[in-house]
Amino acid sequence: MDVLVILIPASLGLGAIGLLAFYWTMRSRQYEDPDGDAARILRTDYDDAPPNG
Amino acid sequence: MSVTEHPGAAACPGCVASPASLPRQNGGLYDGAIQISLPTIHCAGCISTIERGLSVQSDIEDVRINLTRKRASVWAKEGVSADDVAARISALGYEAQPLDTATLTAQDSDRAARDLAMRLGVAGFAMMNVMLLSVAVWSGASDATRDLFHWLSAAIALPTVTFSAQPFFKSAWRAVSAARLNMDVPISLAILLAAGMSLYETINHGEHAYFDAALSLTFFLLGGRYLDQRMRSNARSAAAELAALEAPTALKVMADGTTKTIETKTVEIGDVLLVQPGGKVPVDGVITEGSTELNRAFLTGETDPILAGPGDMVRAGEINLTGAVRLRADAVGHDTLLHGLSDLIAVAETAKSKYNSLADQAARIYAPAVHLLAFIAFALWLYLTAGDVRIALNVAVAVLIITCPCALGLAVPAVSTVASGRLYKKGLLLKHGTALERMAEIEEVFFDKTGTLTAGAPRLMNAGLYSENALGVASALAAASGHPRSQAIVAAAAEQGTVPVRIEDIHEVPGYGVEGRWQGKLVRLGRGSWAGAGDIADGSWLAVEGEPVVRFEFEDVLRPGAEALVKELQGAGVPVTILSGDSQEAVKRIADALGVDDWIGSMLPDEKVAVLEERKHAGRKVLMVGDGLNDTAALATAHVSIAPASALEATRVAADAVLVSRELDRVWDMFVTARSARRRILENFSVAAIYNAIAIPLAFSGIATPLMAAIAMSTSSIIVSVNALRTR
Repeated sequence: MDVLVILIPASLGLGAIGLLAFYWTMRSRQYEDPDGDAARILRTDYDDAPPNG
Repeated sequence: MSVTEHPGAAACPGCVASPASLPRQNGGLYDGAIQISLPTIHCAGCISTIERGLSVQSDIEDVRINLTRKRASVWAKEGVSADDVAARISALGYEAQPLDTATLTAQDSDRAARDLAMRLGVAGFAMMNVMLLSVAVWSGASDATRDLFHWLSAAIALPTVTFSAQPFFKSAWRAVSAARLNMDVPISLAILLAAGMSLYETINHGEHAYFDAALSLTFFLLGGRYLDQRMRSNARSAAAELAALEAPTALKVMADGTTKTIETKTVEIGDVLLVQPGGKVPVDGVITEGSTELNRAFLTGETDPILAGPGDMVRAGEINLTGAVRLRADAVGHDTLLHGLSDLIAVAETAKSKYNSLADQAARIYAPAVHLLAFIAFALWLYLTAGDVRIALNVAVAVLIITCPCALGLAVPAVSTVASGRLYKKGLLLKHGTALERMAEIEEVFFDKTGTLTAGAPRLMNAGLYSENALGVASALAAASGHPRSQAIVAAAAEQGTVPVRIEDIHEVPGYGVEGRWQGKLVRLGRGSWAGAGDIADGSWLAVEGEPVVRFEFEDVLRPGAEALVKELQGAGVPVTILSGDSQEAVKRIADALGVDDWIGSMLPDEKVAVLEERKHAGRKVLMVGDGLNDTAALATAHVSIAPASALEATRVAADAVLVSRELDRVWDMFVTARSARRRILENFSVAAIYNAIAIPLAFSGIATPLMAAIAMSTSSIIVSVNALRTR
């Protein structure tokens, strides 16, 4: 059972990374314009001015 | 997707020349930005064309397009107005309308939705981790290992519950302190008891801990709450956008004779205002100078314009057709006729909020039943075990958790979200939460005529029967006027391929018509009495000096989809009636064209309300579709009501749904979707009921385990969500 010492923090850590990533996407307003973002990624011009939270 | 060239950064100086210090990065996203509505954009090409096209202009600082909202935020140097920006976007080939930023207040509900999403995200993370830890316990971990996993779960679950379940706690507290019970009371109780009980069991090395149940309960129910919130905030922001499209302004005549654009709400009694042809009368008043024709259709339903000159009363909302007039404001803001209706609307609103939705009905049975069951279980087990509080409480908690309305909490929001999303794509905006449910119940439909069944624009009748000369002269004269009938003549002439003749000295006589000289002869197009046809008010007349007068007759054009809608409704056995303020003759013509047998013409607004009241007392559930101010009270009286987006704001406020699309048959789509949604909601309730019928006896007899609770809860929630997607 010694392996739990590594596995449990590892699994919680991975989950926490996901949670932080979600927090970041919320803070930087990445859900403001889902349709627009889907379209923008297909353009060839570089989006030099992404929205900022 | 349209094919647009995408040059690189070098060909797009504006893209490169707008580095870090963008205005939007200094404050909030919308601070100080001009908002433009772009109803036709749909692809990456549109975004590129507009953003690039605007940002190369020197007085535009930054542009950002939101494709989801179909809106552009433009940051411009001082002196650039929203109208300027809209004109420039139109020049790029896209329809653009400025929005009144003061009216757009979607930010608050945005924040509420973000807040809920955050709580949902945290609950989701915690639920998954605790589930993983629980798997170990379910598969047989014991002693110290089980305790370790329980403690870890507690460390994750307790802070999460404190944070994520707050909306339920707050709502439950509000209900309890007002001595009421709502759905959130059993939810909060279950979450709190589950967490508290599990903590106690963990401390005492117990076997069962319900941390995962407390969390999945929070997660699923927050999901339902989030869907609900997003749906309502979408509807609100779309309604706000409709209102923002027509920022009310007035042209005030200053003391020195110049005019200044001011907001309508700042107009004071006694102010002299200028109303241009094509403009809306901003406030009630009396004409002091000039004469014109007014379109009063919104007030009375009449399609024929009304002649008005000095001394005549005009009402806010009337449309000035031909001549510029000055008027003295004598009732402003809330004293106008338009606002007089708002009290009436408020009364109807409270009546509608009393409507007993399916969710309310379910909650009313559900909340007391759950508490009672849990309490009985507790008392029973206390008696059976001769006073073992721990076992009794364990069973009671299991009952509370297992009966807790995951499926119930998701059943309605999931279906409503799917249905309103479908309808929004079809051009129907649901404004009221229970509109869909009420729509599913309707038994009769009443239509207004002008502006609802008809497009509100006249069409020349029998265009082919006029002589080449008559139509040529008429269309040349008509081209000089903005009057709807003139435009109808021009359109008909173009359709016939008639070339307008050359007319000199052409000018409009406001309120009467247009006159000019054709081959030296005086020609006039307009009112019968003025053109020399005698005192016949109906139709328009063309007079050419020395020749007999020619009469032009007009008919209303049906709104696209009107015929199809009436046919569908009649096919479904729903009686259709037309209520109109227009003349009997005009109403009969439209009724015949649509195949409607029941119609009433020349109605006053009160009479419309009376008809609807009478149907209401007869126990019939009625849908009213109307756009005029004369329909507003009727819309508020009906069981459910729809107004087209072309209606006045007061009318749209009174309606439960707004038809954004021009096609009237979308109303039928709403009817179909509403019935389908209602069926799905009821199915979802039965799923929840069946699930409870199986789970409650298990929980009651004390053999329910946390594993069973987890499986049952997830399965029923998933079944309900998937079933919601079947809504047509």
